[in-house]
Amino acid sequence: MKKLQIWNSKPSRSFGGDLAILVFLSAGALFSILPLVYAVSNAFKPLNELFLFPPVFFVRNPTMNNFYDLFVLMSSSWVPFSRYVMNTLVISIAGTAGHVVLASLAAYALAKHDFPGSKAMFGVVILSLMFAREVTNIPNYLIVSRLGWVDTYWAIILPAWAMSLGLFLMKQFIEAMIDNALLEAARIEGASEWKIFWRIVMPNVKPGWLTLVILAFQSLWSETGGQFIYSEQLKTLPYALNQIIGGGIARAGVGAAVGVIMMIVPITVFVINQSKVIDTMGASGIK
Amino acid sequence: MRAVTEKQGTTLLTSPREGRLARLWKEIKANKVSYLFIAPYGILFLLFTIIPVFIAIGLSFTHYNMLQPPRWVGWENYLRLFLSDDVFLIAVKNTFVFAVLTGPLSYFASFLFAWFINELRPKIRAVFTLMLYAPSISGALFMIWTVMFSGDAYGYVNGFLLYWGFIKEPVQWLTDPKYMMGVVIVVVLWMSLGTSFLAFIAGLQGINPLLYEAGAVDGIRNRWQELFYITLPQMRGYLMFGAIMSITGSFTAAAQIIPLVGFPSTDYAGHTIVAHLIDYGNVRFEMGTASAIAVILFVTMVVVQRWVQRVLNKVGA
Repeated sequence: MKKLQIWNSKPSRSFGGDLAILVFLSAGALFSILPLVYAVSNAFKPLNELFLFPPVFFVRNPTMNNFYDLFVLMSSSWVPFSRYVMNTLVISIAGTAGHVVLASLAAYALAKHDFPGSKAMFGVVILSLMFAREVTNIPNYLIVSRLGWVDTYWAIILPAWAMSLGLFLMKQFIEAMIDNALLEAARIEGASEWKIFWRIVMPNVKPGWLTLVILAFQSLWSETGGQFIYSEQLKTLPYALNQIIGGGIARAGVGAAVGVIMMIVPITVFVINQSKVIDTMGASGIK
Repeated sequence: MRAVTEKQGTTLLTSPREGRLARLWKEIKANKVSYLFIAPYGILFLLFTIIPVFIAIGLSFTHYNMLQPPRWVGWENYLRLFLSDDVFLIAVKNTFVFAVLTGPLSYFASFLFAWFINELRPKIRAVFTLMLYAPSISGALFMIWTVMFSGDAYGYVNGFLLYWGFIKEPVQWLTDPKYMMGVVIVVVLWMSLGTSFLAFIAGLQGINPLLYEAGAVDGIRNRWQELFYITLPQMRGYLMFGAIMSITGSFTAAAQIIPLVGFPSTDYAGHTIVAHLIDYGNVRFEMGTASAIAVILFVTMVVVQRWVQRVLNKVGA
């Protein structure tokens, strides 16, 4: 009989171990997902069910009222609500794309070229991860305003391009996934470094940068614009939604709806990217 | 071959009489392409990270209230924190307790789950990955835990324990100093399968399957031997990455803690170093002291990281 197609076909696996892993994973997954199921089900609860005793886990009479209320509140905003959505999309997409490209370019040079200062630069990037962001806000603001970018998209996008995370992550991926022999072969063929980067490095670290896309997008998607954005028409979606939730306990249901809406897009990005990570591996790895 | 050969060429061509600077310049010119590759990132990184960090370090030696220009005070901010700020010492203690528990636990959990998931077929793997990763992108939804651990009988945990008779009156999970840190740790661990977890998954998928086949031929009998002889040595770069993410994440925690236990928390039982920094910076507008806290935290994390790196270097070496 054919074995259930749960496992990767690898040698040296015991049935007991397989079972233990499945139990362990399922327990972890339940612990992870149940609070979220509860949170999402709250978004569909009518107000009287939200404050029941004893509390009910699943919604009994699902309603779209919370979402409906949210849309009413949205339509009464200062600027058309789609504007906030667009602002956040522009910042998230431009910020993620630029970060992935710039960080990968630099990471490739640091990982595969040996030049004066390369080790020092990588060391500094790692050290920078350990400095609390809260105190660099003011110096950051001074620099952005000196450059004249306050109250523009650039104030969010450009710093995002040089986040420490991407360089660190991409360097590890390139070191582990790119074979030096492959690069040597391409150089002998006369390929330029630029061409090698786009034709060899990036395709071969696809699982890496797809992962970075998920992480960078997620962090930019929740960007409130904080100290840098003043004009209402440039404010971001998280900012606008926070204003709506700020209305107090009567908006508890709406707040749950906001949480669900904010999560949908990063989850979608995650699912699309993760399925592509698996595709690439299917093509190159499993026979 | 550009980068490599040209560099070898320079070392050969340089005569010993030439000065060090001239030699360096030649090497820089030879590696022009590499510098062009790092330039766009490097310039932005300098502008938005390096310079701000150095300004903040400078500010840590001043008195600066954001209205008047900074006034030089030397080590006063540091001395005050250690000698006359009792709350800071509480925050240091809390941060260490929190970091020692959540740092390693989240690190090992990230690796363990990633490793187990990697054993599965692609479809079912995607489902598990999504379920385990979802909490870390739940955004504001994580506030659901304040409902679960709410101090009145409407809270889920209290409701359950009351119903089954384990407790007679509701427990103030989020305001009683006895339970506060425990609840916070549970919630933070719930959200901890994030960046490192995804990096580990991608890293594991990138390991050449031929290595495992060769290992099987060489007599690897079970998944533990496979882990120690093949997987871990191949994962060293990612393990270092995950360790640094765990260290920074656990030592700078505050963003998830403050909404849970309030600010300030009862008896400062949930007060961390970064919470204290926020107190100085955003509440009292004493940026000098806030910066000094950041510097102290930075030095602490660097020391911890050096130590962890030494331990990790032994893995698979």
